[in-house]
This record gives sequence, C-alpha cells and structure tokens, in this order.
Amino acid sequence: MSILEINNLSLSFGGVKALQDVSFQVPENTVTTIIGPNGAGKTSLFNCISGFYKPQQGTIHYEGRELSSGIKPPKRAALGLARTFQNIALFRGMTVLDNIKLGAHVHMKSGLLGSMFYFGAARREEMEIRREVEHRIIDFLEIDHIRRQPVASLSYGLQKRVELARALAMRPKVLMLDEPVAGMNREEKEDMARFILDIREEWGVTVLMVEHDMGMVMDISDHIAVLNFGQVITEGDPGDVQKNPEVIKAYLGNSDIDSLRKKLNPEEEAA
Amino acid sequence: MRIGDAKQTYEADEAIWTSNTQKLWFGLLLLILLLFPFMADSYLLYLGCLVGIAVISTTGLNILTGFTGLISLGQAGFMGVGAYTVAWLSLNTGLPFPVTLLLAGLVAAAVGILVGLPSLRVKGLYLAIATLAASVFLHFIFAEWESVTGGMGGLSLEPAHLFGLTFQSDFRMYFIIVTLAVLMVLAARNVLRTRVGRAFIAIRDRDISAEILGINLLRYKLMSFALSSFYAGVAGGLFAYFYRVVTPESFPLSMSIFYLAAVIVGGMGNLLGGILGAAFMTLVPEALKLLTAALTPFYPNAPVFMSPMLEIIFGALIVGFLIFEPHGLAEIWHRIRRFFRLWPFRN
Ligand SMILES: Nc1ncnc2c1ncn2[C@@H]1O[C@H](COP(=O)(O)OP(=O)(O)O)[C@@H](O)[C@H]1O
Ligand SMILES: [Mg+2]
Repeated sequence: MSILEINNLSLSFGGVKALQDVSFQVPENTVTTIIGPNGAGKTSLFNCISGFYKPQQGTIHYEGRELSSGIKPPKRAALGLARTFQNIALFRGMTVLDNIKLGAHVHMKSGLLGSMFYFGAARREEMEIRREVEHRIIDFLEIDHIRRQPVASLSYGLQKRVELARALAMRPKVLMLDEPVAGMNREEKEDMARFILDIREEWGVTVLMVEHDMGMVMDISDHIAVLNFGQVITEGDPGDVQKNPEVIKAYLGNSDIDSLRKKLNPEEEAA
Repeated sequence: MRIGDAKQTYEADEAIWTSNTQKLWFGLLLLILLLFPFMADSYLLYLGCLVGIAVISTTGLNILTGFTGLISLGQAGFMGVGAYTVAWLSLNTGLPFPVTLLLAGLVAAAVGILVGLPSLRVKGLYLAIATLAASVFLHFIFAEWESVTGGMGGLSLEPAHLFGLTFQSDFRMYFIIVTLAVLMVLAARNVLRTRVGRAFIAIRDRDISAEILGINLLRYKLMSFALSSFYAGVAGGLFAYFYRVVTPESFPLSMSIFYLAAVIVGGMGNLLGGILGAAFMTLVPEALKLLTAALTPFYPNAPVFMSPMLEIIFGALIVGFLIFEPHGLAEIWHRIRRFFRLWPFRN
C-alpha cells in the first residue's frame, strides 16, 4: 500500500517549471529516495507535500486522504508528516533538548493558563515528554552528551542529527529528509544511514528522502524515483534505476559515461 | 564554587532552582524585598513601587518582543487601558483590588489581541508602526471618550481596598506591587520553560520551521500579545492605584519607548535582563537628578546646565549598552556569576 500518492503535480514560479506532471508513490514502511541533479525540483516537491508551496495542478494523497491546499503546514505536521531541511532549520539559540521538545509540540496540550501555574498538569506533561525524548530519541541517536548545549555551538553533523531528533519527536508516520548526509564525513554518514534504517525497521516509519550520495542511496533505499527538470524519468528499486541508461545520461549529464557509472555503482569503484 | 548538582530525576533537572544555593539566594532576595519598606525612607519607598510597576510591564513586553520577536510600541497604550479600567471600576463599582486588577489585565489583553492581529502579515518595523498607530488611537480614545474616561481631566480614584483594608500609603501599596511583581515574573518564567514559551521562541527564531512543527503562528502570536498586554494592564492598574489619578497624559508614547529601552538595555529574551533593565531605566534618571542636586551648592548653575544634559546622558548610556554589551545587563550579571561559581579556581 502507498502511504503517499503524488498525482500529476505541476508547480511553476513565473516561467520556471519546477515540477511538471509529477506522479509517483511512496510505499508504506519503505525508504523511498528521490534523486536528481540540482534544480530538478526535489525540494520544491517536499515543500508541496509540507504545504509551503501550492501546486497549480495535481493532487497529493496521504493515507488515502487528499491534502488539499486548505490543509496548512501545521495541520500536516499534526497528521504525521515530519521533515528536516536541506539547510538546517534548528532554533540556534535554544538547547538541543528544547529543540527536540519543540518537535512534540502538537502532541502536548498545556495552554497559557496551565503553563503559568506550571505545577499540576503542565509539569506532568513536561516530564512525560522529557522521559519520552530521553528514552526513545536521545539515547537512540546517541546525543545525550550534548542535550544542554545550545545548537549553535554544535558541529554541522551533530546539528543534522538534532534536526532528525526533532522530527522524530513529532512521532511521524512519514519522515521527509532533505539531503540528510550532505556535508558529513564518512563516519557521520554511516551513523545516519544506520539511524534511517532503524527508524524504518524499529519505528515502522516510512522515510522519504532526497539525497545525492549515491553510495548511501543505493545501500538503504527500497524504492527510488528519479527527477530531472521537474519530471519523473523513472522509478523502481535500486538495481533497476542504476542500470537505466536514461538515468545515467539525465542524472549526471552525458559527458563521461564510465565515470558516472562508477558514481552510481560505488561497489565497483571500491573493487 | 558550586558542586554536586548532578540530578536524580527529570523533575529535579527541570526545576527553576536546580541547586540549594540558588534557593538560598532567592529566599534572601524575598527577605530583602520584605524588609525593604521597613528600612527605606519615603523617597526610596516611592522608587521601589515605581520599579515594581516597571518590572511587571517590562516583563510583559519582554515576552512579546524579547521572546516572540514582535516589536511593539503599544505598551504604554495597554497600560493606559488597564489604568482606566481600574479607575472606572473603582468609581462605578465597589470591587476590591484583586478583581479590578484582574479585569484591568483582561481588558488590556483583549485590546492587545486586536492590536496584534496584523502581526501575522507584518513584521519588524512595520509592526512597530502598526502598534504605534494603535497607541495613538488609544490615546485619542482616552482623551475623547469623556463619559467613561473623563476626557482631558482624567479620573481620580479611591485607594485600593480589600476586606475593609485600604491601601492608601506607598508603604501598603508597596506590598501589593511587589507581591504581584514576584508572582508575575515567576508565572512568566513558567510559561517560558514549557510548551507555550518554546513556541514563542520558535516563532522568534524561525517562523517557517515553527510551522513545520505544527505551531499555529497566528494563534501563538496573538497569545503573546494577549499575555504581554495582560501584564501591561495589571501594571497600568497598579499605576492608577499608586497615583490615584489617571489622565491621557499619564501614558505618553515616550513611555512605550521607555519600556522597549528597558527590554533592550536589560537583554532581549532574558527575564532577569528585563528586571534589571526596568530598574536601570527607572533609577538612572533619578540618580542623575540627585547628582544635580548634589552639585548645586558648588555650581549654582548646575540645574540649568544639567537638566538638558540628563536626557543626553541617559540616551548615551542606552547607546553605550547597545554598542558595548548588546546582550545587556543580563550578560554582565552572568559574567559575575560565572566568576563566583568557579571561584577560587579561575580559568
Ligand atoms: N520559492 C521559489 N521561487 C522561485 N523559484 C523557485 C523557488 N523554489 C524553487 N524554485 C526553482 O524551482 C526549481 C527547482 O528547485 P528545487 O526544488 O530547490 O531543486 P532541487 O531541490 O532539486 O535542487 C529551481 O529552478 C529553483 O530555482
Ligand atoms: Mg534541494
């Protein structure tokens, strides 16, 4: 079954056609990856799904229900669509812990009056969230040593991890990750790949990811869609996509087919 | 040096005062606040009351501007709404002061929500202008709605009362003002360390990511306006009971700027900073006046020379803060604290 269904989506900014008649499906409980060169429209597609961009045409169905333009970003978040951004979008002055707790915002109830008095319901709720965040997320992502640090003081790789933590605190059904390992070193990439697989397997969350690192994409994706100039060229499992000549040509230009093949097949490169 | 603050439970870890030392200091502060009126002369008592009122209003504005990132030049207007509410209620009903002050806060909060409506669309200086317009409009209402506000002559009111007790002297008013100031600062602290406060800060830092986390921007911006003007309304109500006369001139635009300056000088987005800023802004002009008086015997011309200088010195102090300590008085305080926490093992 597909948890997300994109049908005939078109989006343009003035003359720029960011998405043209894009259709594809995200099967439930998979790691589905969108690849494509810069400017292909991947981030725009994420923004349509989150509700920041309003496509001129087409529909998005989530769990069988249409996400019409009347359903605004906060509502979509509450429905279980969480995401991270290509450029880290954490609250830099806040601590790691507060950033993650913010992810749980929609699952909490305390209002203004309750928080003013604090003792009683508001406090109980804060402690429940703290416990959940500590046990399920901070331990899992191995960030307990930095929980009290302001985000701005962390390395880039750790910030990406905190952003993932915040998205997890939203208890998502679909987790959208925009270039989760960009700018990371090898070790950080391996950690992130492991987390993504665990999130799918242990948490039962569907992961929809945009990523350029072909090694990682081929390793952990169940399903891949290729986007170029706003259009889906092909989709399928990693094996199919790797072999598709059109992908090789379109994705990386047609300058030097051999080296591109190597990029798409990291094992060969290592061998 | 502070040691041994490893926590056993999350409850202990999330408490406001995480060590006994901190509890001790807070207890000491309360004791000083309690003993102050018995030792202070009438002038100091008067200043103490003014600082208390300023602390409440500054804390409110800090929530809106410092923590939610919405600049407002309407704080004096909201205080006016609170002051007139108290004055009108005291003239037309026999309600005791806890009720009139609560209503003052609520009426001001309602007005604050209306004024905050444009904040979803406009930001920064544009919002400042929108709130400025609102405060001009409020001023107009204070002056013109004679049947309620008494027009330019304003309203005089009876002293605050409760259970047959009247609060006529500064000595008695001091206890009302300081109790409310302490409670309202603590309430603000509670809001800011829980869900609602985190949402405020999220909106200030990055509103797009706030939305992606499911935070409804309009709702929380209006909530911040409501809370901030509630504080202003209560402060204005206390102002009314303290001076026992309210006129349109009691809440000039310069007062809104005064509160914004208190937030900035103290340290935006820092409650302690707001308190220090409120005290600074209230006391420095007084200190400069005292200085003038002290100089007069030696330089008979001092008042003539100093009175325009006062404003200049005051302004220069504010500018100095912006340049040399952009994080305000709060940062200076933190430096002092760090020093003592590590003392004598400095590094
Ligand atoms: N807010 C916007 N305004 C104008 N053009 C945009 C906007 N967002 C994206 N685009 C354009 O849409 C195209 C696709 O961009 P994007 O979705 O960011 O690509 P990708 O994430 O695949 O690199 C680009 O040509 C980009 O310039
Ligand atoms: Mg992109």
